[in-house]
Amino acid sequence: MTGTLEMQGLKITLGDRTLVDLTITIPAGQIVTIMGPSGSGKSTALAALTGTLAPGFRMSGRILMNGKDITALPTRARNIGLMFQDAVLFPHLSVGHNLAFGLPPHIRGRVARQARVDQALTSAGLSGFAPRDPATLSGGQKARVALLRTLLAEPCALLLDEPFSRLDTDLRAQFRSFVFDRAAQAGIPTLLITHDSDDARAAGGPVLNPLGKALLP
Amino acid sequence: MHRRDALRLLAAFPALAGWSTKALAAEWDNTLTEARGQTVYWHAWGGDPKINDFITWVGEKAQERYGVTLEHVKLASTADAVARVLAEQQAGQTTGGAVDLIWINGENFAAMKAQGLLHGPFAEALPNWPLVDITGKPATVTDFTLPTEGFESPWAMAQLVFEYDTARLQNPPQTLAALAEWSAANPGRFTYPQPPDYLGTTFLKQVLYGVMENPALLQSPVDEAAYDAQTAPLWAFLDALHPTLWREAKAFPQNEPALGQLLADAEVDIAFAFNPGRASAEIAAGTLPDTVRTFVLQGGTIGNASFVAIPFNAAHQAGAKVIGNLLLDPEVQARAQDPAILGFQTVLNIPALPAADRARFDALDLGIATLSPADLGPVLLEPHASWMTRIAQDWASRYGVAQ
Amino acid sequence: MTERRSRGLLRLAPPLTLGLMAAPVLAGVAGTALPALRDGAAAFATLAQWPGLPRAAALSLGTGLAATALSLLLTILILAAFAGTPTFARIRRMIAPLLSVPHAAAALGLAFLIAPSGWIARALSPWLTGWDQPPNLLILNDPYGLSLTLGLIAKELPFLLLMALAALPQIDADRRLTAAATLGYGRIAGFCLTTLPALYAQLRLPVYAVLAYGMTVVDMAMILGPSLPPTLSTQIVLWMAEASLMQRDTAAAAALLQLALVLAALGCWRLMEMAARRALVALAFHGQRRTRLDRPAATLALTATVVTAGSLTLGLAGLALWSFAGLWQFPNALPTGLTLRTWMTAWPSLTATLTTTLAIATLATLAALALTLACLQAEAQLRLTPTSRALTLLYLPLLVPQVAFLPGLQVLAFSTGIEGTAAAVAASHLIFVLPYVFLSLAGPFRAWDNRIAISAATLGASPTRIFWRLRLPMLLAPVLTAAAVGLSVSVGQYLPTLLIGGGRIETLTTEAVALSSGGNRRLIGAYAMLQLALPAMAFGAALALPALLWRNRRAMRGLA
Repeated sequence: MTGTLEMQGLKITLGDRTLVDLTITIPAGQIVTIMGPSGSGKSTALAALTGTLAPGFRMSGRILMNGKDITALPTRARNIGLMFQDAVLFPHLSVGHNLAFGLPPHIRGRVARQARVDQALTSAGLSGFAPRDPATLSGGQKARVALLRTLLAEPCALLLDEPFSRLDTDLRAQFRSFVFDRAAQAGIPTLLITHDSDDARAAGGPVLNPLGKALLP
Repeated sequence: MHRRDALRLLAAFPALAGWSTKALAAEWDNTLTEARGQTVYWHAWGGDPKINDFITWVGEKAQERYGVTLEHVKLASTADAVARVLAEQQAGQTTGGAVDLIWINGENFAAMKAQGLLHGPFAEALPNWPLVDITGKPATVTDFTLPTEGFESPWAMAQLVFEYDTARLQNPPQTLAALAEWSAANPGRFTYPQPPDYLGTTFLKQVLYGVMENPALLQSPVDEAAYDAQTAPLWAFLDALHPTLWREAKAFPQNEPALGQLLADAEVDIAFAFNPGRASAEIAAGTLPDTVRTFVLQGGTIGNASFVAIPFNAAHQAGAKVIGNLLLDPEVQARAQDPAILGFQTVLNIPALPAADRARFDALDLGIATLSPADLGPVLLEPHASWMTRIAQDWASRYGVAQ
Repeated sequence: MTERRSRGLLRLAPPLTLGLMAAPVLAGVAGTALPALRDGAAAFATLAQWPGLPRAAALSLGTGLAATALSLLLTILILAAFAGTPTFARIRRMIAPLLSVPHAAAALGLAFLIAPSGWIARALSPWLTGWDQPPNLLILNDPYGLSLTLGLIAKELPFLLLMALAALPQIDADRRLTAAATLGYGRIAGFCLTTLPALYAQLRLPVYAVLAYGMTVVDMAMILGPSLPPTLSTQIVLWMAEASLMQRDTAAAAALLQLALVLAALGCWRLMEMAARRALVALAFHGQRRTRLDRPAATLALTATVVTAGSLTLGLAGLALWSFAGLWQFPNALPTGLTLRTWMTAWPSLTATLTTTLAIATLATLAALALTLACLQAEAQLRLTPTSRALTLLYLPLLVPQVAFLPGLQVLAFSTGIEGTAAAVAASHLIFVLPYVFLSLAGPFRAWDNRIAISAATLGASPTRIFWRLRLPMLLAPVLTAAAVGLSVSVGQYLPTLLIGGGRIETLTTEAVALSSGGNRRLIGAYAMLQLALPAMAFGAALALPALLWRNRRAMRGLA
């Protein structure tokens, strides 16, 4: 699962205003951060990467995954994992079913799939949580389940959309290192979107604004 | 009474000399064969649960005896079925029509016959036809002065009777004039259904019989030149009566059951029905108190027959004929006359029936509120259908918009 | 199915649905207009000669406008006085079930309640009123259509209130009202000046539907309305049914006149809307807080609610009692005896009718749900924006009087030979069921958190999988509620069943209305009970099923 995520001259405009102008290559295992205040075009960049850009925006340039052009592919065919600032767990499914929803179909058989789900939960200190109602989990637990679900889908790249901003300070540092560890373990390129410079620093990689200017050394 | 008896009677009937009994019997056997397995859609007014139940029972008999399924299409008004057949004719649908059998008489029959919407003649070829009392009950072959000519088959006789509750009224008025006087003395306690409702218009015709100088004119079509003068006494009578009526004649019940409900609710003290057995039947059903009795006006009240007719394009004509014949069966007729069931008067000539069938009628308890045939008094024939249409129209323009 | 094909089919859904709504209405109006215009203006000349015409037209306009204005006023009053309070939740619980009561059943219940020999008079007689026999008062079928107006209000108030409830969150009403309150405005003034204009924009089409319906209703007018003359629509139906067959063209001409009247009334209403809006804007400038209005308005709103909800509920309870009554004479407040006789004798035909009614309602509702879901999914997946013109088309069957297009549609159904079949009746019901199903489902469907779809898509789920596995299960409660709404709309249909069914298709409503002409309260009671029971069971299932299914999913509860 190694590879690179590239943005080649990715430029997005709304009317005559340029929101995003990025040319970056994120190698496997590295985290690149895009930082900026709200309204600066961070979420627009993210939408372009997931393929959910609203009509009205004009986009040029290319997005490449492992060298393959994915600019025109629908969201589900891009193999890009996404974490929101809210966990966005499916409220009508149990924790286990939420994870199984992410698990690719090539893992066959009820027993095998259940084993993968249980293994993932145990690895995150959540063993025995499979039958739980997501609504009964704490904020930190929900965030961990959401990350597990994203990674179980075996993505080629990981997008993190302000995933720590809803957590309080203690939990935040703890969960941040959990996420970065997992991303490193998975060995995939990761893009972090944040408005918080602590998050950016903790990520350890290059930090840019949506227009491609380097912000932190 | 089964087919064999009917055929025996038929053989003794000289009027049908041109037809051999054998040919008729063979013809009817073909009809029966064709009818088996058919579903007959009988369009009949569905506002009275007793009639609905009776039709359901007839359907069971038809299934049991002839393998014919009877579907009662419950109408709010018989004209719905007439309009339907007309629409089918206009759309060019000459076979497979939706209506197989219609409960009909009077103006609806006249309209359908005039427009060629009826199949027939068929009635006089029914095996049970010879049992009908066409001489004693001329209304069975003359529908509102129009000869039926076999285009419809009778199944019930009806006569206008008045109903009152002895707990509230001891001596009901026996003439029209007395009725008007009584209503003036007891304002708001009498009314009649709003024309063009059948029963409401029948009341108008009853008044015409009482106030016209020469009621015999009613048997001919309306003469437009003389109409105004002829009907002036009717409108004068109503002009005087209306202020004394229920709701000062600013509202009227819509039909016979609605008028009956007013009697049951004690909103009026005198009601009337086109069925001498209705009061007893309602008492038996527990919807009227057993203190209700009936009476007729001196000089007689209007009577007529109910018929069934088959549209020209009916999909199941054979089945419809089987039902028409079944309705003339003495067992069915006796059930219809039972006040606990319907309380309709039979169309058959009872004295001429075989003893076993006669016994069915003799065994009937007509009910405490039903007058004996002798007490029912003379039957006045229905006026020509044009009278009904004309006075209903006139009524609407005179009273149809309340002041 | 490949994704491209499914997208193609999905793209077809909105135009197909709108066509299904608009085409029958337009074809029906044309089919009705033809006989009216056949002999030049002859049919109109006959119509003009009918002495009852001015009165019947005035009645149609008067009852329709009065019922709409009063229902809307009460809706606004209730919202203004109680939105956000505990009383409001109680009012909602009292009113919501009444939405599912078919018009005919409501009218029959009300008729028994308020008649001079009705339940109120019986309860007060003779000890209070001194009446040993019913008074000779013209309450039912009064010449001014007052009882018809009352009946319409009792049915339309729940509808408008629930439509308004669905619209309130979309216009951020809570914060508007809080803002007005912190500025010292009274509840009534605050609501009318800050929230009403935005709310009314959402409520406009439902209000128009109420106006068009109120002006042209037939079943309710037959039971509660005047008869000397009746309202125009009732007279049209009477003419169509006349034995002489001479009045069918007159009926068609009158149907066109009725259509023109409705259009004129809608035009007038639009002008009044604009005037009212201008007045509100002018009032806002003056800054009057009008806090003293609040208390009397609250009392009025509560009284009106209790009277409407109470009279409907009591009327229906009266009908239920009649279905078990033996002899029940005036002035007894209760029957002399109770008996199962009515139910026992009627049971075989009741069950047959019930089966037909249920089959037609299920067919129409399932089709409406499928079309609605396809449209909404197309809108979400293909990012279509619904235009207001499309919404008006969707409302067309509710805005064009039924008597103006159903007769024409009947002839059409006739010539294609589908008339008189249960499927044709279900199709005609679909025209009226779909708008309501759409209205009830669109809000929750659009409010669904779209991040769930994005989240699932990044996990590799196809749009189809997202729809079936996530969106639909999560929207189970609103989908079932919409199904219950559809079912109750279908159960209540009178004219389409009568005309397209050609009299051969009997449903609970056609039976109840046919019986109502006969006045047999016991049997009417039995049919009305079943008319009520079907929607009630559907709404019950819409509440119970999600609660049962999601009993272990906290976040799914209270999602309706």
